[in-house]
Amino acid sequence: MPLSAYLIVSSILFGIAVAGMVINRKNLILLLMCIELMLLAVNTNFIAFSHFLGNLQGQIFVFFILTVAAAEAAIGLAILMVFFRNKHTISVQEMNSLKG
Amino acid sequence: MNPDILRNLSLAIILLPLVGSLIAGFFGKQIGRRGAHWVTIIPVGVSFFLSVYLCKLVVLDNMTFNGAIYTWATSGVFSFDVGFMIDRLSALMMMVVTFVSFLVHIYTVGYMEGDSGYQRFFSYISLFTFAMLMLVSANNFLQLYFGWEGVGLVSYLLIGFWYKKESANQGSLKAFLVNRVGDFGFILGIAAVLTYFGTVDYSSVFNQAPALAAANTMVHIMPGVNWSAITVICLLLFIGAMGKSAQMPLHVWLPESMEGPTPISALIHAATMVTAGVYMVSRMSPLFELSATALSFVLIIGSTTALFTGILALVQNDIKRVVAYSTLSQLGYMIAALGASAYSAGMFHLFTHACFKALLFLAAGSVIIGMHHEQDMRKMGNLWKYMPITYITFLVGALALCAIPPFSGFYSKDTIIDAIHVATIPGAKYAYICVLLGSFVTALYTFRAFFMTFHTKERMDDHIRKSIHESKAVVLIPLIILAIPSILIGLLFAGPMLFDQNSLLGDTVFVAPQYDTLGQIAHDFHGAWAMAIHSVVTLPFWLAVSGIIAAWVCYIAVPGLPAWAARRFALLHRIMVNKYGFDEFNNWFFVRGGRKLATWLFQVGDVKILDDFMVNGSGRVIAWLSATTRKLQSGYLYHYALAMVLGVLIFLGWYLIR
Repeated sequence: MPLSAYLIVSSILFGIAVAGMVINRKNLILLLMCIELMLLAVNTNFIAFSHFLGNLQGQIFVFFILTVAAAEAAIGLAILMVFFRNKHTISVQEMNSLKG
Repeated sequence: MNPDILRNLSLAIILLPLVGSLIAGFFGKQIGRRGAHWVTIIPVGVSFFLSVYLCKLVVLDNMTFNGAIYTWATSGVFSFDVGFMIDRLSALMMMVVTFVSFLVHIYTVGYMEGDSGYQRFFSYISLFTFAMLMLVSANNFLQLYFGWEGVGLVSYLLIGFWYKKESANQGSLKAFLVNRVGDFGFILGIAAVLTYFGTVDYSSVFNQAPALAAANTMVHIMPGVNWSAITVICLLLFIGAMGKSAQMPLHVWLPESMEGPTPISALIHAATMVTAGVYMVSRMSPLFELSATALSFVLIIGSTTALFTGILALVQNDIKRVVAYSTLSQLGYMIAALGASAYSAGMFHLFTHACFKALLFLAAGSVIIGMHHEQDMRKMGNLWKYMPITYITFLVGALALCAIPPFSGFYSKDTIIDAIHVATIPGAKYAYICVLLGSFVTALYTFRAFFMTFHTKERMDDHIRKSIHESKAVVLIPLIILAIPSILIGLLFAGPMLFDQNSLLGDTVFVAPQYDTLGQIAHDFHGAWAMAIHSVVTLPFWLAVSGIIAAWVCYIAVPGLPAWAARRFALLHRIMVNKYGFDEFNNWFFVRGGRKLATWLFQVGDVKILDDFMVNGSGRVIAWLSATTRKLQSGYLYHYALAMVLGVLIFLGWYLIR
C-alpha cells in the first residue's frame, strides 16, 4: 500500500476527532476521547513515515506520545471528576463560565 | 567719576519702591497703618531725591549708561536682558514719575484716611512706581513690555480698589480689556522688531533701522497688500501706545477708570501711566522718523482725540470725569506733537501736564473730601469761600491747562500747535484745525468745571454745607508743591527743553531733517517771556480766552444758556452725552458679538464637537467595539477549538495558495 493510504486514514481520523470536538455538546468524556483520537492520528502518521523512510526514530517517538497521552488522559479524567463534584454535570454546553 | 554710579543709582531708584511695596503688601497687618505709609513714602521719597541727582549727572555732566544688568532668559540665538538705558529722556522721565508719585503718596495719607484697604493701597501705588520706572528705564523692548504690563496690572487693581462697588469692578475690567487690545498690537510690534532686527535691544535696533528702511523691505499683509516693514512695526507699536495712552478709539477705558480713588486718578490716569505711550513713541523716534505713513497716522489719531474727547468733557457733570476727559484731550495733544515730529514738545507737554493735571486731580480730590465724597458738580457751587487754598491751586491748574501765558501749559501746548502748523506731512492741516479748536474747547470745559464748583450758587444739602471745610495739611501740601512747577516750569524750561541747540533731551530723540518742525519755529523764539508777550497776538491765545469768557457767560452771566442750548441742539447734545456712541458700539459689536460667538462656540464647538463627538464619541466607539468583540468570547470550549482549527486551515490554505 502506498504511503498516501496511511496518510488518508490518519487525516480521516483527525477530521473525525475535530468534528467530534466541535459537534459534541453533551459529554466532556467524549472530548477527551477525541483528543486521544487526534493523538492516534498523529501517531499513525509517524509510523507511516517511519516505515517508508526506514527511520526508526518516528516509531520511538510514538511511544513517547502514547505515554504522554496516557498521562494526559489520567489528568483529564481527574479534572473531570473534580468538575463533576462541583457542578454536578459534565455537559460541555454548560461549561461557559469563561464567557466575556 | 565712577561710571558704575549711574547703574547703581538707577538700581536703587527702581528697587526701593518695590521693597516698600512688598513690605506694605505682605506685612501690612504687622506694621499697621502708620507703618504702611512710612515704609512706602520713605523709599519713594529717597527714590525721588536720587533721581534728581541722577538727572543732574545725566543732564549737566553728560553721563549716560546703557547696559545689561542681568540675563533674564536666553532662547536659541536670542537673549533677553534686564538692562537700563539711562539718558536724558529716561532720566527726566524718572524724575517726573518719582516726583508725582512721591506727592501722591503723601496726599494719600489724607485722602485714604479711615479706608479699610489702607496698607493694600500703599502697596499698590509703590508697586506702580516700580513698574513705571522699569518701563521708563528699559534698554530693550521686552523689559519695556514688562513695565508696560506691570503698570497695566496695577492700574487694573487700583481702579477696582473698592471692589465692593459694582461700577469699580466694571471699570477695572473695561480698562484691562481695552488695554489688552492695545497690548496685542504692541506685542506684535515687538515680535516684528525681533523678526526684522533679530534683537530687542534699543540701541542695536536703532542702528539697524535706517538700513532696513533703505532696503525697503516689504511685509505681505494680505494678497495684493504690501507694506514697508518699518511702517508696520511703527503702526503696531503705536497701537500699543493708543491703548495705554487712551487714544481714539481705544480711549473708552479712561473715563471709567475714575471709579478708582482720586490719588490713583492723579498718579496713574493723568500724570504717569497714560503718558507711557507718549514716552514710548519718543523713545522709538529713530523708528517713527523713518515712516511718513506712521507719523501721519499718529498725527491724525492724536489731533482727533485732542478735539473730540475735549468736546465730551462739556457735558460731564462728575468733576473727576471732566478732568479725565481733559486728560484724554491733552494726551491727544502730546500724541499729535509726536506725529508732527515735535518730540521735545510732546515730552515737554507730558512734563507740564504731569504737574498741572496731577494738581487738578488732587484739587478735585480735595473738593471731594470736603464734600464728603460727592463728585457731582451740580451739587457743588461757591466752594471758594470754604476751601480757599484748594480754590487757588485749582485755578492755577486750570489756567495752565488752558494754556494761558505764562503758566507752564502755555509753553508746551502753544509750541505743539505751532509745530503742527508748520508740519508738512499729510493730515497736518486737519490736525492744525483740530488742535486750534481744541484749545477753545479746553478753556470752555475747564472753566465750566471751575465755575460750577467754586462759584455760582450753593447747591449742596444743608447738612453737607455745614461741614464743608478746607482739607488737612497733608492734602494741601502736595497741592501747593505741584502748583509751583505748574506755574514755573514753562518759563524756566521752555528754552532749554524745546529750542536750544543742546536741548534738555539732547540727542535722545532723533528728528529727521525734513520733519524738523521745532527747528523751524525755533527761529521765532526769543526767550520765554517774549513768547508769552507775543502770544497775545496769536490765535490759540484768543481762542483760549474766548473759551474762558464763554464759560463765564454760560455759567455765571446767563446760567440758563447751557440748558437752552441742550434743548435747541438736542441731537448734538444726545450724541455728546452718549460719547459718540463708542460704548454703545462696543457693547453692541464686541460684547454682544463676542457673546454670540462664544455661545456659538460653546454650543457647537464645545458641546457638540468636543463633548459629544470627541469625548463621549470615543467612549461610545469603545463600548460598541467591546460589545461586539465580547460576543466572540462565548466561553464554549468547542468554539475556541473551532477557531483554532479554522485558523490552522486558513494558515494552511494561505501557505498552499502562496
